Amino acid sequence: MTQPLLEVKNLVMRFGGLMAVNHVSLDVNEGQIVSLIGPNGAGKTTVFNCISGFYKPSAGEVLFKGKPMHKLPGHLIARHGMVRTFQNIRLFKEMTLLENLLVAQHMHAERNLLKGMLNLPSYKAKEQELEDRSAEWLERVNLLEFANREAGTLAYGQQRRLEIARCMVTQPTLLMLDEPAAGLNPQETQALDQLIIELRDKYSVTLLLIEHDMKLVMGISDQIVVINQGAPLATGTPAEILGNQAVIKAYLGEE
Amino acid sequence: MTKKPLFTNLTSALFAAGLTLFLGASVMGLRLKSEGITLGVELASTQTFIELGLAGLIVFLFQLFRDRIPKLSSSATDRIAILAFLRTDKQQRLWLMLTIAALLVFPFTTGRSNIDLATLVLIYIMLAIGLNIVVGLAGLLDLGYVGFYAVGAYTYGLLYTYFGFSFWQALPVAGLFAAITGWLLGYPVLRLRGDYLAIVTLGFGEIIRLLLNNLTELTGGPNGVSSIPKPTLFGLEFSRRGDNTFHEFFGIAYDPVHRVIFLYLLALLLVMLSIYIIRRLIRMPIGRAWEALREDEIACRSLGMSPTNIKLSAFTIGATFAGFAGAFFATRQSFISPESFAFIESAIILAIVVLGGMGSQLGVVLAAIAMVLLPELAREFNEYRMLLFGLMMVLMMIWRPQGLLPAKRPHRELKTTNAEVK
Amino acid sequence: MVPTMNESISYFIQQVINGLTVGSTYALIAIGYTMVYGIIGMINFAHGEIYMLGTYITFIVIAGLTLLGIESLPFILIAALIISMMVAGAYGFTIERVAYRPVRSSKRLIALISAIGMSIFLQNYMRLAQGSRDLAQQSIISGSWSLGTDEISVNLAYMQLIIFVITLICMVLLTLFISRSRVGRACRACSQDAGMTNLLGINTNHMIAATFVIGAMLAAVAGVLLGLYYGVVNPMIGFIAGLKAFTAAVLGGIGSIPGAVLGGLILGTAETMTGAYFSAQYKDVVAFSLLCLILLFRPSGLLGKPEVEKI
Ligand SMILES: Nc1ncnc2c1ncn2[C@@H]1O[C@H](COP(=O)(O)OP(=O)(O)O)[C@@H](O)[C@H]1O
Ligand SMILES: [Mg+2]
Repeated sequence: MTQPLLEVKNLVMRFGGLMAVNHVSLDVNEGQIVSLIGPNGAGKTTVFNCISGFYKPSAGEVLFKGKPMHKLPGHLIARHGMVRTFQNIRLFKEMTLLENLLVAQHMHAERNLLKGMLNLPSYKAKEQELEDRSAEWLERVNLLEFANREAGTLAYGQQRRLEIARCMVTQPTLLMLDEPAAGLNPQETQALDQLIIELRDKYSVTLLLIEHDMKLVMGISDQIVVINQGAPLATGTPAEILGNQAVIKAYLGEE
Repeated sequence: MTKKPLFTNLTSALFAAGLTLFLGASVMGLRLKSEGITLGVELASTQTFIELGLAGLIVFLFQLFRDRIPKLSSSATDRIAILAFLRTDKQQRLWLMLTIAALLVFPFTTGRSNIDLATLVLIYIMLAIGLNIVVGLAGLLDLGYVGFYAVGAYTYGLLYTYFGFSFWQALPVAGLFAAITGWLLGYPVLRLRGDYLAIVTLGFGEIIRLLLNNLTELTGGPNGVSSIPKPTLFGLEFSRRGDNTFHEFFGIAYDPVHRVIFLYLLALLLVMLSIYIIRRLIRMPIGRAWEALREDEIACRSLGMSPTNIKLSAFTIGATFAGFAGAFFATRQSFISPESFAFIESAIILAIVVLGGMGSQLGVVLAAIAMVLLPELAREFNEYRMLLFGLMMVLMMIWRPQGLLPAKRPHRELKTTNAEVK
Repeated sequence: MVPTMNESISYFIQQVINGLTVGSTYALIAIGYTMVYGIIGMINFAHGEIYMLGTYITFIVIAGLTLLGIESLPFILIAALIISMMVAGAYGFTIERVAYRPVRSSKRLIALISAIGMSIFLQNYMRLAQGSRDLAQQSIISGSWSLGTDEISVNLAYMQLIIFVITLICMVLLTLFISRSRVGRACRACSQDAGMTNLLGINTNHMIAATFVIGAMLAAVAGVLLGLYYGVVNPMIGFIAGLKAFTAAVLGGIGSIPGAVLGGLILGTAETMTGAYFSAQYKDVVAFSLLCLILLFRPSGLLGKPEVEKI
């Protein structure tokens, strides 16, 4: 068997006395869609924060393509090709949609100050390339017409799509979405469903999701990891999870 | 907003007025005066009490009618209204040309002291532009900016004193030293939260001043460094006698004003260059990163941007500008001492940035002109200058945090057929 | 001449006493920074100015009472304390109302600039009101005890003792107030979760105002004590003292009241030692360098808990 793209081993995160994450392990294979589910406060976002380097795990390992990530600061992890969205959307609200996507490509931009200052052809070409990619993704998420608007003026569902586009312009290998369907209406959720599948199939991105919408999760996930009160509860395919008594009791029973 | 009936405001207005009178009277009512080895007090002048009463009345009326005072518009759109005559690129270019021409002609139409004053304004513009990168663009509150200014000035002063450097040799070194200082200070502190940064930079500015004051053998201590020479034009000196003087070379009569004009033109050149550089930076990836960082540092990190490096670039570039301005200051004054680099200078520069509009180049330029000229024109205003600057900073933050002439946005627009055009 | 062993020890102990004296007043000012930080998460830049104001008021009260022919020392001291605290409290209240509350929900940078503006304003306001010269007040409490044996002896000035006692009383009162009184408990609740406290029907605005007033009163006490101790005042003293006290607060762990006290004592001692063994000119440099070092290596301070920003 090939090595998983992302391996999380025995992750532990403590906040003072609180064990927010208690020995959680999960694997994400390349090309898969893996969902992390669990009741509110289960520690899902905290797992994300540990993986993406925003929190320093109290114990455990995070390996990406076999390389340890858990000691790196967040921005270096992102440069390895692992990017994420946030549960409470974090756009650059006072910048336009286009600028949001341009900023996101900072790593790919021509950052040589001298070339930029002199406006050299190579610099111009690079900027044009970034702009083209931005326009392409704005079109893909149906936001092209708002390209020159401030991101803060968008409706909620549009902001969620822009956040995904902003991740995608960085050309990631692994995309982590924290509750992407939260606050979306049924049509928007439907469209999101398709977008996620397309990201995997057309752009060959691997996905790790946190999601509460069971229909969405069961429909698109290859693997599901359930955690409850920080501790791992079950791992398996959607069918296995649906048949798991412990999960039904602890989680689905609540619904 | 619905207007409340007046009497609901009456109690709060009375309270506010009473508080004002209490605050004022407690501090100003009795005036301390030295009497030999001890202190005495005397009742403040009648005028003080009249002013105090007026202040109470104003506060009372303001509180009473505060719901009826129209709110200052807080959108950036009014910039368009102010600058309506700059609507198209062509008009902009025309105005720019006219302004530059006027600035070039200016020194030949006026006297020496005015030119000298204009040079001072230009130095402040340079400082304000530099600080605007740090505060306005990158959103970092740097309260020790004057420290870099001091580094620049002393670099020139000391290099001249010890090694006989000329202005032109020292200028790049001054910028470089200031940049290095900025980098060295910024590297450890820029990962701190914003308010810590403010305090640490404040402390840093003070340390620089204290060091300049105390390292007497090296810096001359409180006596400073004097007889710093003026710049030369390709080796031509602007002095009456010498081997290679400007007036002999061009065969004209010696006039001390030439030197002042030359310095002015140099400062003008450097300011224009600075403005050009900033205009480019804003549109470059680094400028976008500054703006993004100002808005959401966490989002930036999640996209692979290193907040420390991005802040550091702003901090270092800002410091470089201060370094250049410092060298200019040293050569204009011919004399520098630690006194010129007190916190109050940082505060003035910050006040300029705040008044003009954080991130706005034109706003900051106009504010620098106003802030430097006003005290010169109205001498009696001088005493109240810092008081008003402080008050203005508070009021601006409450009513118009984006400044009088807010920054123009966006810097980049998508021009495809599908995108709405503003 | 080389000092004897005993002289060196005496000198050292004397410096510790002097350091703790200054340190305890730093602690009083630092508490204001820490409390305000705890409740609204920002640095009250104008706090040092309140201390300066306290010293001016003290001098005014002393001079005023002397003019009226009152010479009872305890009466003068208590009057100075009460009046300074009242005036400072009123200023603290007003500052919060004018410069902080309107910008509380704005970006951090905006609030910071407003705070800096307020600080500059107060400095210059005082300069206009009372002049910018140094004003010296002849010390009204002089004399000291000589403590120790023949070999090792140190002096404890009465004024130093007064500083220790009054500081201690303030600390005890503050602790009682915070842990026992209704307002104190509400303040603590606010600093843990303002939103929640608000939902519980406690007016957060009032609690914040109360915090500013208490902080200002403590700074005023420091102003009275240091004013009597040093006997000089000018409009700029708040600037440096504020920086020092802030350093103390950060050193102890900003947000922690015992931390502020500890930090104040450490800083006061460190600074006095520098003055005693190196050069008085570098006292301030030491304080700032200390600040930079703590922020670099232990931003959460000695007693503060490292907190993880919730994302
Ligand atoms: N930075 C933090 N500091 C303290 N507690 C935290 C922090 N982040 C998360 N927690 C706590 O960890 C637990 C799990 O939170 P979270 O991961 O957001 O849950 P979920 O995303 O599954 O709803 C919660 O009890 C939350 O209060
Ligand atoms: Mg969550």
